[in-house]
Amino acid sequence: MSPVGVIAKREVASYFDSLIAYIIIVAFLGFTGFFTWLYGSDIFMRKQADLAAFFGVARWTLFFFIPAITMRQLAEEKKTGTIELLLTKAISERQIILGKFLSCLIMVGLALLFTLPYYITLTQLGNVDHGAIISGYFGLLLMSAAYISIGLFASSITNNQIVAFLVALFISIFFQLLFDIMSSGASGFMAELFTTLSLSRHYDSIVRGVLDSKDIIYFVSLTLFWLMLAELNIRTRN
Amino acid sequence: MDIKIQQLSKSYGTQKAVDDISFEVKPGEILGFLGPNGAGKTTTMKMITSYLELDQGDILIGGKSVKGGDLKKYIGYLPEHNPLYLDMPVLDYLAFCAALQGMEKSEIPNRIRQMVRQCGLDLEKHKFIRELSKGYRQRVGLAQAMIHDPEVLILDEPTTGLDPNQIVEIRELIKSLGKEKTVILSTHILPEVEATCDRILIINKGKIVADGTSDLLRKKAQGQQILQLRIEDGETNAIFQRLQDLASVNSVDILNPAENRFEVQSVLNESSNRAIFELCVKNNWVLSEAIPLETKLEDIFRDLTMN
Repeated sequence: MSPVGVIAKREVASYFDSLIAYIIIVAFLGFTGFFTWLYGSDIFMRKQADLAAFFGVARWTLFFFIPAITMRQLAEEKKTGTIELLLTKAISERQIILGKFLSCLIMVGLALLFTLPYYITLTQLGNVDHGAIISGYFGLLLMSAAYISIGLFASSITNNQIVAFLVALFISIFFQLLFDIMSSGASGFMAELFTTLSLSRHYDSIVRGVLDSKDIIYFVSLTLFWLMLAELNIRTRN
Repeated sequence: MDIKIQQLSKSYGTQKAVDDISFEVKPGEILGFLGPNGAGKTTTMKMITSYLELDQGDILIGGKSVKGGDLKKYIGYLPEHNPLYLDMPVLDYLAFCAALQGMEKSEIPNRIRQMVRQCGLDLEKHKFIRELSKGYRQRVGLAQAMIHDPEVLILDEPTTGLDPNQIVEIRELIKSLGKEKTVILSTHILPEVEATCDRILIINKGKIVADGTSDLLRKKAQGQQILQLRIEDGETNAIFQRLQDLASVNSVDILNPAENRFEVQSVLNESSNRAIFELCVKNNWVLSEAIPLETKLEDIFRDLTMN
């Protein structure tokens, strides 16, 4: 197994050993299930066989849950000193970051996998636009990748998990909400810039079923940017 | 693989942690790294394991610089406070470390079995690391350092937290490993270096202050012979006077006038044994005790690191 795989496997196992995995999955299913099927503008109110309600609530649920998954990743290693153990093994900083990134993505992927019954139920209710749903899930994964990388960066700058959690939320809220708001307040180039930076704009267009290379490039580069910063952070140690 | 350290320096801000040190360690040699707290031992070790970057100078392992080549797989490292993943079972943890070091999957189970036996972890191997006592955690730390059979072993205070029996076992283990491998270990415990190491390096304020075998260091630190004597059947002051008159004697101290105990320091590179014996015979005194005082490693250490 590659070193990235070894790291990812350990992290996933540790999520399940410490019950974090179960709590996250149950809470995620509880929230999204409640708002998708039971409350507010749920599927029955909309009278449309789509998962727009789910994609709306999952965006916010993951927004809060991902920092909770990522906060311990590097912060705890730094606090207990195990980072020294990792870094003196035959493995590079990049492989460590990628392994941890992968483990978080697997956790989110698992949570999303358990929402498949939503989709199966939906197909019994009416004519479903399968393409839109697949691209919706794809959008959720892309968004999660971006927030995981922000979370890993936040975890790499501190050895306190709470600080890592709050910093991750603070950075993420700009992409989730604030850039969007700022873009409507600004004009000209700034408005353009904030619109481009706003994660929700890109997410919405993917969830609508439009797979534009522009959006994919946005998510990929956002993810790589924060991952590189995280790598840089654990590379400099003195 | 040998380790060559060349004019190595490292600063934290304005403070020099390691200041222009050079030394070599050969395969089959165990080097004891001694020094007071904050002398730069751990910093040097962290640089050898490429956890810290070098400011100046170079470290060559098997002829390759740690700056360039990826040498980490040849090194086994036990860090200072022995950090471990407490939420992992011992066996899983060792498997994790072995896989990270790039061991073949088919070799791992056998190797783990061997390490568990060698480090005396057989009864604890199914426990979580958080359930282990400090001594057993230390053994797990040693096991993970040696799991991939590295040619170079860097052990930062390997015996802290072990009970006396365990200390002896671990020392024996390190000694037997040291026959083929290049080992550097740091410690505060002076008898430990004497018992385990072929060579001692004392470092203070980032500089090397002594380098050699423990015997060599002893000779260097103390050229003068010191004898503790007890002479019966004589008058204290007369004995004192006569002892001082001997040509080979440098100074005499009265330790206990009632029991006629003296401490005699000889002139450099001379022994007073014979002269004292003959003096006693001539005066019909009974020489009931003559104890040569060895300089302890503790004294050498204190001499070299306090100033």
